[in-house]
Amino acid sequence: MNKTKILLNGLIKENPTFVLLLGMCPTLGTTTSASGGLGMGLSTLFVLICSNVAISMAKNIIPDKVRIPAFIVIIATFVTILQLCMQAYLPDLYETLGLFIPLIVVNCILLGRAEAFAAKHTPGDAFFDGLGIGLGFTVALTLLGCVREFLGTGHIFGLPVYPEEYGSLIFILAPGAFIALGFLIAIIHTIKTR
Amino acid sequence: MKKIDSTFWNMLWSLTLITAVAGGLLGYTHRLTEEPIARATKAGREKAIQEVIPEYDNSPIDEQQTIVVRNEYGETPTIVYPAQKEGRLSGAAVECSNNTGYSGEIRIIVGFNADGSIKDYRVLKHEETPGLGAKMNEWFRSEKNDQNILGKSPAKNKLQVKQEAGEVDAITAATITSKAFLGAVRTAYEAYIETTKGENHE
Repeated sequence: MNKTKILLNGLIKENPTFVLLLGMCPTLGTTTSASGGLGMGLSTLFVLICSNVAISMAKNIIPDKVRIPAFIVIIATFVTILQLCMQAYLPDLYETLGLFIPLIVVNCILLGRAEAFAAKHTPGDAFFDGLGIGLGFTVALTLLGCVREFLGTGHIFGLPVYPEEYGSLIFILAPGAFIALGFLIAIIHTIKTR
Repeated sequence: MKKIDSTFWNMLWSLTLITAVAGGLLGYTHRLTEEPIARATKAGREKAIQEVIPEYDNSPIDEQQTIVVRNEYGETPTIVYPAQKEGRLSGAAVECSNNTGYSGEIRIIVGFNADGSIKDYRVLKHEETPGLGAKMNEWFRSEKNDQNILGKSPAKNKLQVKQEAGEVDAITAATITSKAFLGAVRTAYEAYIETTKGENHE
């Protein structure tokens, strides 16, 4: 299978946030700032690549009837490794993302890719699928984070663009997340169907 | 290699193998990261202490004391990090928490000068609303109106929100957070007073 095609499939055609609408909990929870979204996206990218490759390599020794628990154990292992390393070497980022890191285990994007792609393809293809979907998720979260941070506080990546008083608080809160996401999906859909 | 069938024994050894490998990996990572995590936590705490207390030449973190404060919030365990300069107490940093905020625990560290006035503070952990209650780390140090609590002493000033007849402006649209924050500050002060009493006896 063509590697570029797999990569672009994850990034654009089946973008997990803008097209499949998967993993909404971390999407809405961590995107109050651009850096939060970027951090969450990269964490998911790392776990997704590792779990995709591991599951693809182990697919022949996993009997069909117990594949879900096997996948979950593999995903949870990588999430915990990530959590421990982040706590040790990036304590500041860990503080902002905190609760959302362990929740990557139950992110349906990971189990979905394991089931739909990794369990049926070679480790090489699974790697590129993980990379594509992971990058798609990262780009989407960063974009959403930028929009919310800009409209809510007047900053982008913590750099002031306009005074904070003119920001509208709703974009930092949960309703604003839905509104911003809805508009982003509409804009992207319009561009794609042109 | 052909995919193995879902027989009982196949499922058993497959899952056992996967969990054993996972367990081994996790154990190894834990051993590798245990020390850096402890170091990062300690460094974070030390940085917060340094930022809030007056000059010192002792090691506040090694001389920490745990004190339980009993007041209107029930029993609150606090940690007092005493700062000493040339053998005399020059102030202290007090770490304490309050559960009456808008959501979850608010954990702060407050630095006191020897006379009991507030030198500085840091919010260590909170789950308040982003954009509203979360502003407390900046709000109470800003010179605007009656927001500032730095330099004030809970003994002389009534450090409560104006809605409770105090003299501090609450955060706009986050009065509950402000009340809880100031509650934690007063609890910290009580713990500080408790330790200085001990100092005088010595």
